[in-house]
Amino acid sequence: MNVTAPAGTDAATDALREAAAARPTLRTAFLRRSLRHSGLVIGSVTLLVIVAVALAAPLLAPHDPYAQDLAHRLIPPIWQANGTWDHVLGTDKLGRDYLTRLMYGARISLLIGALTVLISGTIGTSLGICAGYFGGRVDSVLSYIVTTRLALPVVLVALASAALVGSSLEGVIVVLGLLLWDRFAVVTRSSTQQIARTDYVAAARAIGCSTPRILVSEILPNILSALIVVATLEMAHAILLEAALSFLGLGVQPPLPSWGLMISEGKQYMFFSPWVIGVPAAALVCLVLAINLVGDGLRDVTAPENRG
Amino acid sequence: MLSFTSQRLLVAFSVALTVSIVAFVLLHLSGDLATAIAGPEATVAQVAEIRHQFGLDRPITAQYFDWLWHALHFDFGNSFYYRDTVVSLVVSRLPVTLTLGAISLALSLVVAVPLGVLAAVYSDTIIDRLALGFCVLGQAVPTFCLGLVLIIVFAVQLRWLPVSGTASWKNYILPSIALGWYAVPAVMRLSRNGMLEVLSSDYIRTARAKGLQPSVVILKHALRNAIIPVVALAAVQFGFMLGGSIVIEAVFNMQGLGYLAWEAIARNDFPVVQAVVLILAVIYVALTFLADVANAFLDPRIRLA
Repeated sequence: MNVTAPAGTDAATDALREAAAARPTLRTAFLRRSLRHSGLVIGSVTLLVIVAVALAAPLLAPHDPYAQDLAHRLIPPIWQANGTWDHVLGTDKLGRDYLTRLMYGARISLLIGALTVLISGTIGTSLGICAGYFGGRVDSVLSYIVTTRLALPVVLVALASAALVGSSLEGVIVVLGLLLWDRFAVVTRSSTQQIARTDYVAAARAIGCSTPRILVSEILPNILSALIVVATLEMAHAILLEAALSFLGLGVQPPLPSWGLMISEGKQYMFFSPWVIGVPAAALVCLVLAINLVGDGLRDVTAPENRG
Repeated sequence: MLSFTSQRLLVAFSVALTVSIVAFVLLHLSGDLATAIAGPEATVAQVAEIRHQFGLDRPITAQYFDWLWHALHFDFGNSFYYRDTVVSLVVSRLPVTLTLGAISLALSLVVAVPLGVLAAVYSDTIIDRLALGFCVLGQAVPTFCLGLVLIIVFAVQLRWLPVSGTASWKNYILPSIALGWYAVPAVMRLSRNGMLEVLSSDYIRTARAKGLQPSVVILKHALRNAIIPVVALAAVQFGFMLGGSIVIEAVFNMQGLGYLAWEAIARNDFPVVQAVVLILAVIYVALTFLADVANAFLDPRIRLA
């Protein structure tokens, strides 16, 4: 709000100032709405805890994630009859501490989620912003590319490409990053179309701003909140796909403690000790649920009209 | 309607063509094919002979059109691993995947559409909240985890259903639940939102004002219009399920197309991988095309837009 009223109307300006002071700023209003959204609060707290544990894994973890102890294989977790406090969540088939591997596994999931979204977000946003702003033929070409990308079976192509580039952490990130940009492109395109019609973009064009400048400093900041929502959902998607790829043996390779890999390695013991897959599966569900809650919550708080 | 259909058909064809290029490139990135066909014990001269025999010394575009020509005649060459043509492998495995996909789709629709309608009719009540909460939770559970949990509970502990294989119809129950689960949130949200929109329209108010039974208004008047977008989504989801069934087939040891592709990737048997990618993509393109046309047929607003 502009409070530079002309001199002489002191009472009016004072009233305006007071109103401005009493009205909550955008930021506090946003914070207040966020705190009232229970899903967002639960999701963010869970996510923060997981991120903190992942970052502090070397300090918190009771054991070495790679240290094998064949004398203590498949010890059940603490809530079962033979559990010990030394291995709260038990040990795997090579006697490695499950809690420790779970903590280090969170690093892998989060790393893959974040880096994949960085790559796919850059690709999808660039494509979508160009298609939405320029329209016409550029737009047709983009929607054609998106249609083609959607026709490719993701899991299959990701598996095949991961096998081609050599299954590794880096390989999985690159493959998923190059595959999961479609939703970014679609959302960016439609948001850009809306923003491009506004008066302030017309004004920027009228004062002679260059097209790149309009795209970067007028349009990009205004589609950012929609992008963040897509980013969280795609991050969850990437984490789930990595777990599936690792489960199928073509993602992250042993001995890295990926959660998908832990489930895959535990599969042969699941009939007698279901917790071997139950523990990493529960961790995976918690992480993905937390990210999705944050994404849905942010959408509700920033753009309530898109709810549903 | 005709121009709409022909335009969509053109797009579908060109997308399928582009996908075929991707599938072709996939095979050629997998390494030197002549060495792969010749096997590890072949001499340099033998590899060169095979290279010539299979036409692998020709320009890449010529090879592509040659491959495409054969693919159009359902000839995808021979598997490197099995002493069999790729087509006969695919044909023998396709029924399992199609059956699994069809049951999964039916299951997810049977659960998701009524749930979506209920959530819309009782919007902003505890039923709506529970349905949406179920969706958020559902999206967070990976299909392979769900499959493993179902095996542990229903096959190992309760012994109601078989653990793996494709021997009888009972073998399809658990995998279909696991695969169908994935589509439930999307279908439910769409039918809920479609229903909410329709329920607030004028003709529904008229129908209610006439004193019609609420169940007649909802099922006969509202649902018919709200269901239209779900048709398109169901087709798309069926395509996703065929692609995603690879994980479920691996969990339940089902000898379907996905399992074939999984094994083929692990064995570097790329003619098979390429064929499966192309076939699944073409099925998806055909499904979305049919869904678009069906949608336009059901809803004239789409074809006029």
